[in-house]
Amino acid sequence: MARTTKKPAPRKKESITGAKRTSGPARQVRVLVATRKGAWIFHGDAARKVWRTDGPHFLGHIINHLVLDPRDGRTLLAAAKTGHLGPTVFRSTDRGRTWKEAAKPPAFAKAPEGDKGRAVDHTFWLTPVHANEPNVWYAGTSPQGLFRSDDGGVTWEPFSVINDDPQYRAWMGSVQDGTPDGPKLHSIIVDPRDPAHLYFSMSGGGVHETRDGGRSFTTLVKGMEVVGGFDAANIAFHDPHCVRMCPSNPDRLYQQNHCGIYRIDRPSNEWTRIGNNMPKRVGDVGFPMVVHPRDADTAWVFPMDGQSVWPRTSPDGKPSVYVTRNGGKRWQRLDTGLPESQAWWTVKRQSMTADAHDPVGLYFGTTSGELWMSRDEGQRWVCIARNLPEIYSVEVAEV
Amino acid sequence: MKVLIPSSLLSYTKAPEVDASGATLAELLADLDRQYPGLRFRVVDEQDQMRGQMRFFVNGEQVFDLSHALRPADAVYLVQALSGG
Repeated sequence: MARTTKKPAPRKKESITGAKRTSGPARQVRVLVATRKGAWIFHGDAARKVWRTDGPHFLGHIINHLVLDPRDGRTLLAAAKTGHLGPTVFRSTDRGRTWKEAAKPPAFAKAPEGDKGRAVDHTFWLTPVHANEPNVWYAGTSPQGLFRSDDGGVTWEPFSVINDDPQYRAWMGSVQDGTPDGPKLHSIIVDPRDPAHLYFSMSGGGVHETRDGGRSFTTLVKGMEVVGGFDAANIAFHDPHCVRMCPSNPDRLYQQNHCGIYRIDRPSNEWTRIGNNMPKRVGDVGFPMVVHPRDADTAWVFPMDGQSVWPRTSPDGKPSVYVTRNGGKRWQRLDTGLPESQAWWTVKRQSMTADAHDPVGLYFGTTSGELWMSRDEGQRWVCIARNLPEIYSVEVAEV
Repeated sequence: MKVLIPSSLLSYTKAPEVDASGATLAELLADLDRQYPGLRFRVVDEQDQMRGQMRFFVNGEQVFDLSHALRPADAVYLVQALSGG
């Protein structure tokens, strides 16, 4: 595979930390909502019943992702694109009270004279890395690019092994090949046992893995299907929408793909389409994928209509979350409290997540600006906020 | 020379009109970025291309070439077109 000029990350190993069941005084949940017109933070009480609205932050800015660093519990990074200005990253070290722009936001290398280089349109995905590397973050961009910061998000360097490699560039395709708001690199996942073991995905462009800190990458698409008529052997045709690693079992990953829901158990290199077990009238198309913090057999999806012209709205206008509690063998509909009809929602890939409480709290945001949550793992849903701008991402921080 | 700044960049300059110098537009942008770190990347991308709706006007004429020569008495307007909803 391709080689990199980047120095590999040190191979430090540690035991799996996983997500711990809440004990003692409950940690309070902050729901971080990024939208097309700014960001909001919803502060929950200990019972997760009363929510205080904090925002807007960056009113008028396009915020694609807002993430709190769990390693220090106070650093927030916001991936922003300001109207017609260029892309940037804002950083707060006081949980959002004050913000400062990154000194060197993610940007591709300058192309040689005469070559047409790429320019970052927006940073799409932010991942704080590993407890052993307290200031390291990864970022994924549109068009597809992988970036790393070693100083807590102040300066960012490109991964030339991905961004400038001819094979990867071919797999990425052109802007016209990507999602409507631009092709994306996303789902950057670091193995909690080994920071040198990293996954990322591209829409389009498949799932990829490195075990040497980014010196070399291999593809991980066996078993994944592509749109009928296209060749699954061509990495460019693979469109993973969201990939998540189970905190309680880092050898298990779930994936919501353009073409189905999948699970893989490493060291196997082959995905299994567990979405075939979804009700046929609902199908297994969608964007987000959520995993249980302590039970690797439990995962949630938010189905979208993938028929005919791909409306990408709740099937029949009846939104529902679906859960599996046995690794994808069976799926159960969870819609109590959600609208029963005429709700044509879209939930984007970053707009659904879980906290680590017991029972787990689930959260999702719609492109129509509604924020919903469940305090009991999806059994009953309540609306936290309405009338927000189009929601691009929902993340949870526990403080 | 005086440079007119669009409202979307006032978070950097804190003023709608600033002084900057340079023999070309590229040098002028570099001077603006020295005074107001981060401003250049919001105007010009990493391939030195003007961003979609950012425009320079020099003495009332639209200029796309960043190597365009400047004289100290030139009036430079950095303008942002607004569109969309």
